[in-house]
Amino acid sequence: MKVPLSWLADYVPLKLPPVELAHRLTMAGIETTFVPGKDAEWGPVYVGEVVRLEKHPNADRLRLATVSIGGETLRVVCGAPNIAQGQRIAFAKTGARLTDSHTGTPMTLGAAKIRGVESQGMVCSERELGLGNDHDGILVLPPNAPIGTPLADYLSDAHLDIEVTTNRGDCLSVLGVAREVGAITGVPVPEPSLDYPEGTEPVSSAVRVQIDAPDLCSRYLAAVIKGVKVGPSPEWLQQRLKQAGLRPINNVVDATNYVMLEYGQPLHAFDLRQVRRDTIVVRQARPGERFTTLDGVEHTLQPPMLLIADPERAIALAGVMGGANSEMTEATTDVLLESATFNGINIRRTAQQLKLRTEASTRFEKGLQSELAGRAVRRAARLILRTAGGAAMRGIADAFPAAGPANRLRLSRSGMTRLIGTAALFDGIPGRAPGAGEVLRALGFAVQQAGHDALTVTPPYWRSDIAIEEDVIEEVARIVGYDNVPAEPLAGRMPATLTQPLRELRERVKDLLVDAGMQETISYSLIGHRTLEQALAVGPGKPEPLRAANPLSREQEYLRTSLRGNLLRTLAAALRVPPGGARIFEAGRVYIPRAEDLPDEREIVAGALAGTRGDSLWEKGADPFDFHDAKGVVESVLARLGLDAAFERAEDDLLHPGRTARITVDGEAVGVLGELHPLVTRTFDLTVAKVAFFEIDLNTLQPRVPWLTTAFKPFSRLPSADRDVALLVDESVPAGRVQRFLEDHPLVRRVALFDRFVGKGLPAGKLSLAYRLEFQSGAGTLSAEQVNEAMSSLLQRLQAETGATLRA
Amino acid sequence: MTTSAFADLNALRDAATRELDAAVDAAALEAWRVAYLGRSGKITGVLRGIAAVPADQRRVFGAAANEIKVALEQRFEARQADLERGALSALASDAIDITLPGRPVDMGRLHPTTIVIREICGIFQSMGFQVVEGPEVEWDKYNFEALNIPKDHPARDKWDTIWVDANKDVEGRFTTLLRTHNSPMQARVMETNQPPIRVVVPGKCFRYEATDATHESQFFQVEGLVVDEGVSFANLKHTLYEFARRLFGGDRKVRFRCDFFPFVEPGVDMSIDCFKCGGRDPACRICRGSGWIEIMGAGMVHPNVLRNVGYDPARVSGFAFGMGPERIAMLKYGIDDIRLFYANDIRFLRQF
Ligand SMILES: [Zn+2]
Repeated sequence: MKVPLSWLADYVPLKLPPVELAHRLTMAGIETTFVPGKDAEWGPVYVGEVVRLEKHPNADRLRLATVSIGGETLRVVCGAPNIAQGQRIAFAKTGARLTDSHTGTPMTLGAAKIRGVESQGMVCSERELGLGNDHDGILVLPPNAPIGTPLADYLSDAHLDIEVTTNRGDCLSVLGVAREVGAITGVPVPEPSLDYPEGTEPVSSAVRVQIDAPDLCSRYLAAVIKGVKVGPSPEWLQQRLKQAGLRPINNVVDATNYVMLEYGQPLHAFDLRQVRRDTIVVRQARPGERFTTLDGVEHTLQPPMLLIADPERAIALAGVMGGANSEMTEATTDVLLESATFNGINIRRTAQQLKLRTEASTRFEKGLQSELAGRAVRRAARLILRTAGGAAMRGIADAFPAAGPANRLRLSRSGMTRLIGTAALFDGIPGRAPGAGEVLRALGFAVQQAGHDALTVTPPYWRSDIAIEEDVIEEVARIVGYDNVPAEPLAGRMPATLTQPLRELRERVKDLLVDAGMQETISYSLIGHRTLEQALAVGPGKPEPLRAANPLSREQEYLRTSLRGNLLRTLAAALRVPPGGARIFEAGRVYIPRAEDLPDEREIVAGALAGTRGDSLWEKGADPFDFHDAKGVVESVLARLGLDAAFERAEDDLLHPGRTARITVDGEAVGVLGELHPLVTRTFDLTVAKVAFFEIDLNTLQPRVPWLTTAFKPFSRLPSADRDVALLVDESVPAGRVQRFLEDHPLVRRVALFDRFVGKGLPAGKLSLAYRLEFQSGAGTLSAEQVNEAMSSLLQRLQAETGATLRA
Repeated sequence: MTTSAFADLNALRDAATRELDAAVDAAALEAWRVAYLGRSGKITGVLRGIAAVPADQRRVFGAAANEIKVALEQRFEARQADLERGALSALASDAIDITLPGRPVDMGRLHPTTIVIREICGIFQSMGFQVVEGPEVEWDKYNFEALNIPKDHPARDKWDTIWVDANKDVEGRFTTLLRTHNSPMQARVMETNQPPIRVVVPGKCFRYEATDATHESQFFQVEGLVVDEGVSFANLKHTLYEFARRLFGGDRKVRFRCDFFPFVEPGVDMSIDCFKCGGRDPACRICRGSGWIEIMGAGMVHPNVLRNVGYDPARVSGFAFGMGPERIAMLKYGIDDIRLFYANDIRFLRQF
């Protein structure tokens, strides 16, 4: 909300510089920015009136103007062709800071003699005031501009920009902000006058109010003013509304808007003649009831939307907007002025459902006190009489079915100490802060002593947010300031340990992948259906993803059921960044729907490698990443987790049918790895021939991770013996089988494949595998004979098992 | 004969000396050593052949031969040392270009959000907090209602929500949502645990919000909760002050101002003094000249929240806080656009 400083100053003296004031309000919870007026630097420039014009004795084109600025009359020389007697103009006295109209630079106005006549100031043009570029003549102000007012105040849009939290609806009003300023600066803010002359005829003879929905409307007040003359508002009123960001409409509507801005209570003015049978009925809309608001839009309503009606038809959408059928027109003479208290939640729902949020609804939805309605109606009636004339009927129709009990709260010294950690805020801090009672009184609370260590307090009528003792404590703390609260270390018992093995595993796996040279990425959980399709993550046999009911875009519409799509998109983008090549992974959740429950959020880690091994070497090129790079990463990570992984040939839509492996641990499938299917590579526009990929389901893996991932195994200090062996095996025999067989000998410590050869010189259908075997015994040094013996028996059994023979 | 034996000995010495001086590398030197001083070398041979020398001259001959042997050995060692010195001095010309880049080790990196979350959680863990996570898809009940934000409460405007098109209540309203903050874990932790509670909750959140340089529809939060007997605002102040000093430096100042969150009372937000300009630069990009940087919201747990999980607010009290690790990363690393975090541009990620 925009709160013009000039308006604020009507209620409370502004003792602090505006920037400091804005800061103090912000610290107290009312987020405030000071927006200076564009004219704040003028100095002595006032609204003046040209009372007399004479010819300059020594110059044809110059004239002598006598200008009144209230208490003072001054004479200046003026050359502007458009100056005329009776005009209100901007008058600068010597010392004013203006813009030189010729050079455009700042200047300070000095005393001058022009052609022998002393000039005691200047009548200014727009350009001289820095308000525009017009220098053809002087700036002419409206005829009702108040003579003698500093021009800065008259034209200024200097204001406080206020952003209230939802609990502080009271500060959506100038008076509410003034009261905060008063509390902060220790100045009482008196209530504006609510008095106005009333006629003799009682209001009850003109209107009767009937509330059919007391749970949605706790109070409805109506004043009647007859014989108004609808027309433009006086200039000062228009000016204020404009400064606060509202458009002037007519003198009656403007008066209601003015009071809404002043008090925070929305009001509505009906043309009394449009209220049939002299009766206001406050009722719920009927299902499907149609109603046209004064912006010309027809709405279809549903209960419990609330209407203001007469016995025949609806005339306003309560708390939101008036009806087209009863609005003020030029022809209106009699006004019914409504001030009511509506249920905030209902107003909020109505405004949301009809997509019609208004100045009124945003105030009502925060919850207003019914006493406020009673005051605002009198204030508005007083103002309408002043701006539109007419005569008020006697009294105010007031339907107030159930006035609530007074809101009395107890604030105790012990409660304050318990919540804040110090009694100082209750007692006051000598020289720095008053006690709680004084702070609360300054905020408008009624305060009574309740014994030595407690107060009974009643919040002021404009506050809707004070319900419990903690609220009262906050009031004191925010005004005194949290700087005055001491800092105390936490003491007491330490909490029980809460472990989350899955989270811990995920973080460990992230570290291991980084150790393996992989870059972590984090992508969006919401993705487009197209991305899911491209990653072949939807379709028969795959989970149907959950959809956002109100997606931000088509690209963020579904909760991902797979990390694959985002990962490959990220990879494609990374490959386009020179020099290309990337090893990336993401560890995050996928969301598998479950009927009538939250989805199963599974922790998945997926990675992709593309480019060449040793990419960044400047010495020579290297081979592209392939299946075995992904496998190497997976093997290393699982080994470091103390797991013994096995790999079996498998199928996966995303992957190359001949280069896919299922990762199993203890016989349970925990993931998959392989090279991307060439079609997938093309779909994602991956500019490389091969992409190695892996994916592990951490939820499945986690229960299999041993508590102890590392167990020390004693190692023999006895010498070991190496034997190299080249084997000729059938191409159909997996190397993994040969290796496992070799490893499975009590004297074999280690088996390493150091060469694999296919092609020339080998019999068809055969390939060569060369292993280095390390023999070692824990019992004693092995003799050459023992090693040879072990070797030959091993090879014999290997041949029987796999058909592998020694390569000649 | 005798003269001739002595003459041979001298000739042998002269030849050996000449050859030794001509040896230019370690191999030639070794060959010389084997030829003269080795087990079957010439000098050794001369000494072995002493039997053929007349007995009366043997002593003199033996002494002369031995003298030559010792002299040659010394000369050999000197020559060897010379050659080694020469070889070492030749190293200077066997130079490499030390300005060539080192052979790169391809190290992986964590995402900056992970780094900052770990840093934040690590600080709190050292103060006795436990780290827990909760579901990212939540019930309205936990995301709002348990936190003193009933349906149609205007405070809900603060959390523009992405709803999940799944479960609905009797009025036809969605009941499942993408959590808008990590605060639902307050209720979940308290439901399943008894005080004392000290937890921090890192995790992903979502808002129905158009993205710009400072707003994202997906972001992370670290939420914290402390509940026990006798926990006060003074404890909140100390805990968060300690945290800020450890994260942003020991000479940081902090400031608390009043703010509103329905699940705390009183509610505050905490700022630190600007570590960039100290409030001296009106055009500072970090604090916009105010000298203060808001880093988190906090407050004393609202009694309704305690009551909703079956705690007795007359017996226990607590405080809660929440912060955005991306914002903290932006401050720490000088990142000016939050959209960089989840766009996953490799040029961004490689910097952390
Ligand atoms: Zn700064």
